[in-house]
Amino acid sequence: MSYTVTAALGVLGALVLDLLVLRTRLVAGRVFWATYPIVLAAQLVSNGILTGRGIVRYDRHAILGPRLAHAPVEDLAFGFALVLTALSVWVWLGRRGIDGPVPPRAR
Amino acid sequence: MRHLTYLAVLAGCLAGALWLEPVLRVGVLRRWRRLLLTLVPVVAVFGAWDVAAIAAHHWSYDAGQTVGVLLPGRLPVEEALFFVVVPVCAILGYEAVRKVLRR
Repeated sequence: MSYTVTAALGVLGALVLDLLVLRTRLVAGRVFWATYPIVLAAQLVSNGILTGRGIVRYDRHAILGPRLAHAPVEDLAFGFALVLTALSVWVWLGRRGIDGPVPPRAR
Repeated sequence: MRHLTYLAVLAGCLAGALWLEPVLRVGVLRRWRRLLLTLVPVVAVFGAWDVAAIAAHHWSYDAGQTVGVLLPGRLPVEEALFFVVVPVCAILGYEAVRKVLRR
């Protein structure tokens, strides 16, 4: 499996977690989509340094080829999966009342 | 100093988001149990993905720009910290946006 395939599966897995497993439905609400552009901008800068300086190097056979701010486009999917998974678990734990009162639903 | 490059990037990410805790009082770090319970599965799953990708030679790390501490699966310690730092920053941002939109 190439990074292209695993990245796509990562996005799919994060969406299934958010919509069907934990049912946090963040991708159906506005808070997530208002947050994501900020996260994406930070990712393009920090990941741009990591890939531009060659701290992380990719096998060109494992990726499609197109790059954005030095990073393979697959990294956008990886970042999306990472952030959505983390936020979904965070919100799910919050709704279960972990650490304090249940906050109002984010929409 | 070059071996600290990856750590410096992580520190930069934290610096860009940690101020939200005291300034907007988002209460993310204050709810540390919830934060810890969020981080454990995320670090485990994405760390495993990373280890598999290293084994499959999808990507590799420049030994000259990392401190050289390798975790099981040849995972640089910085990469494990990445899976802590990025979720913490994202959660701080999410709670900050939620707070601002509610005003």
